[in-house]
Amino acid sequence: MSEREVNMRVWRGDANGGNFEKYSLASQEGEVVLDVIHRIQATQAPDLACRWNCKAGKCGSCSAEINGKPSLMCMTRMDELPEGDVVVAPMKTFPILRDLVTDVSFNYEVAKRVPAFQPPPPPEDGYRMQQVDIQRGQEFRKCIECFLCQDVCHVIRDHEENKPAYAGPRFFIRYAELEMHPLDTNDRREFVRQKAGLGMCNITKCCTEVCPEHIKITDNAIIPLKERVVDAAYDPIAWLGRKVRQKRKLTPEEAVGTVSHDVATDPDS
Amino acid sequence: MTSVENASVTPVTLGGTRGGPDTTTLRRDHWWLQPAVTFSVLTSFVVYSSWAAFVNKDYYVGAQAHRDLLSPFYSPCITSSCVPGSHPSHVITWWSLSPALLILIVPLGFRLTCYYYRKAYYRSFWWSPPACGVADAHGSYSGESRFPLILQNVHRWFFYLGLILNVILTIDAIMAFREPGIGIGVSVGTLVLCANAAFLWVYSISCHACRHLCGGQVKRFSEHPLRYRLWKIVTPLNARHMQIAWTSLVFVALTDLYVRLVASGVIHDPRLF
Repeated sequence: MSEREVNMRVWRGDANGGNFEKYSLASQEGEVVLDVIHRIQATQAPDLACRWNCKAGKCGSCSAEINGKPSLMCMTRMDELPEGDVVVAPMKTFPILRDLVTDVSFNYEVAKRVPAFQPPPPPEDGYRMQQVDIQRGQEFRKCIECFLCQDVCHVIRDHEENKPAYAGPRFFIRYAELEMHPLDTNDRREFVRQKAGLGMCNITKCCTEVCPEHIKITDNAIIPLKERVVDAAYDPIAWLGRKVRQKRKLTPEEAVGTVSHDVATDPDS
Repeated sequence: MTSVENASVTPVTLGGTRGGPDTTTLRRDHWWLQPAVTFSVLTSFVVYSSWAAFVNKDYYVGAQAHRDLLSPFYSPCITSSCVPGSHPSHVITWWSLSPALLILIVPLGFRLTCYYYRKAYYRSFWWSPPACGVADAHGSYSGESRFPLILQNVHRWFFYLGLILNVILTIDAIMAFREPGIGIGVSVGTLVLCANAAFLWVYSISCHACRHLCGGQVKRFSEHPLRYRLWKIVTPLNARHMQIAWTSLVFVALTDLYVRLVASGVIHDPRLF
């Protein structure tokens, strides 16, 4: 097994400030960035903080920015990085706790605001769903909540002031999943337009580019959501249809039957 | 040791100090290349199409050359300033400028509000952001939630109008088989117009609004088998919307250029059979 010398520049610091520290060490063939970070911990900097768990790209814990690109450290091979120093920094969008560890609780707050899944009263023989009706939403269930999409989204990455009014790509796929669920009866279109900041997304597709699960966030979730909002708010033909049927447009609160601001219940449970 | 019973809730921090250096980007790859190429190609197209729209001549090859070729930039030629023979007959008399300026509103609106082009020009022209992980060039940001960018939501209206234009361009392509004074035949110009119409149809059909209207808006596919079938046809095309958008954009300019070169006598339109 071949070995090569690598130079790592790792962000060290906390809320009071920090800087890049350089570590030179050997990296073996096939290693990922997280392996090298662990070797730095083991041999040179035992106090280096990093979050990790599965080392298999499934827990979403080791999110960081490697050479400026939001990535999972456990899924980024050292031999695929260009020659030169490898720069590892914490996710920029979230407050730092220490070194490579950030406080991602912003996302848990946003999750609480997603109006809950609301099925109709159960029929006598129980709920029945066909595969063809649920397969669109299944793509979104692959999300591992690494929050790389939230990190790269410039709406909050470069504009902290937008955080209170913007759900972000991870939660737009949640909204899309619920909206496409065959048993859900909530209408979240006005809510997602007025309260979740869907209009702030300018579909530059960075969320899709960084998703380690290769979820087509923009094409399969955000744009379909935007189109559903157009159905509800901007389509002249749909507007005429509502007028003819004397159907009033619902307010965001009316539209979501149970405006539960609790964490959304799981439709598949 | 912390158990589930005595675990405390993690305090939520909104705001707070961010980590990492305060720089525009840490990326060291050629992230600027893609926006630069997009900027160059789109700018070239805008410059060429503006010139072609304002020049108001050499857009129709008619009976004198035994052809019936009309540039897509000038179709349907509906103003009184149109060259005689460029179908249909004049229906607008109050417009004295180039007819292209009136006609191009629809394709321009359709492409300007297209979800793919929005990504392309937000990145390359507006730098919002120029690339992933590279800082937005603007101090404040409201996206498409306020005027004027909230008007991007009219994409569907332009989609409807664009379909009408596609039908007209298809009729133009069929008319191009006419060779006045000779009969029916196929020239290079005929094939160019046919290919242009085909690319524009594929571009429209692969659009996200079309995908939504075909079946995306349906909650239960099992109750709408026809719309599900349509959605399944459109979805793979939609996945290639970017490539189709570029192909149709470049080809529509090349179609205009070909007709223009033939009309101005620079080249001859060869008859194939």
